Amino acid sequence: MSVLAYGVVAWLFLIGIYGVVTSRNLIHLVVCLSVAQSATDVLLLEIGYRSGGHAPVFVGLPARPGPAVDAVMQALALTDVVVGAAVTALLLALVVQVHKRAGTLDPDELRATRE
Amino acid sequence: MTRRARLIFFAVAVAGLAAVLGVGLASLPSFGSQTSAYARMLNEVAPVQRHVTDVVSAINFDYRGIDTLFEEFILLATVAGISVVLRPLSDETRQLPKDKAPDRAIPPPSPAVWLLSVFLSSLLLLVGLETVTHGTLTPGGGFQGGVILASAFYVVYLGTNYRTVERFQPPLLLEAADGVGASGYVFIGLLGLLAGTDFLSNVIGLGAAGNLLSGGTIWALNIVVGAEVAGGFAILASEFLDQTAVIRTRPRSGEHR
Repeated sequence: MSVLAYGVVAWLFLIGIYGVVTSRNLIHLVVCLSVAQSATDVLLLEIGYRSGGHAPVFVGLPARPGPAVDAVMQALALTDVVVGAAVTALLLALVVQVHKRAGTLDPDELRATRE
Repeated sequence: MTRRARLIFFAVAVAGLAAVLGVGLASLPSFGSQTSAYARMLNEVAPVQRHVTDVVSAINFDYRGIDTLFEEFILLATVAGISVVLRPLSDETRQLPKDKAPDRAIPPPSPAVWLLSVFLSSLLLLVGLETVTHGTLTPGGGFQGGVILASAFYVVYLGTNYRTVERFQPPLLLEAADGVGASGYVFIGLLGLLAGTDFLSNVIGLGAAGNLLSGGTIWALNIVVGAEVAGGFAILASEFLDQTAVIRTRPRSGEHR
């Protein structure tokens, strides 16, 4: 179970970076970056998970609720999501301007337009 | 660097990265076996100390409130940065597209789309407000609810047109929500100093756990963050929308391109 859980994190992160390196379109590149970034969300939630645990919301619980999962990791994941959205939005704004200036979204052709 | 050389370079680098990542992940405690002592303690004390039922909110806005202050400023800085990057540049101008067929009225959106957007935008508004105000009780809070509130504006655009959505979201109101939300966090933090304790101390009456008005500053901070996030994301959307709708190249700068 551990191998599968943490393997997903490594896979998401590495495949995201692979996408960034081989991308031929800047919008695709930004999406690949957010795939790599989502690996950290998954890792945070997995570190905080406890088998049979319930959400750290203490309302309407059964008589014997058992342990709760780690609320700190969920709070950090929330921060991560917000910052990830901010980074994606800022990069997409830059992509809009790059397309206007260079007329292309291919990172390889950008070098050719530089004089 | 050719694509081939870049791929070889990447393969070498990623092999090293994968090795380090693998070693690191392998030495983590096995999945689902334990949580940290810090988390167990917070799960115990937060509902009692802060009269909240959602511990995640208590951590974000109280125990680690200063982190969230900076997180909020990151969002504010991003919105400001995007407004700067997407401003009309020196060779661009801001004007609505000319109507090519002035003798024909603009066809209204189909009744189905209009009905759906009326239904969806009011539903999103309601769910957004619910999520923001119930952040101390159930999963949710200012960040999540703010995004839902902002998406209500996007739905108005889907069902109507650019002019209508501009009327629905005057830039001044959005910018005010963004700024007041961000500074409101600091002011609520200063209440702690006024009360003679630390910055961001929970000094407002805590109320009874499970009530809507409970959690003291946690509840109040959720509201200001909700205003900031809703304003910020609505500004983001309108900046991107302006790029396609009204910002165009100035006619006589033909020699530039």
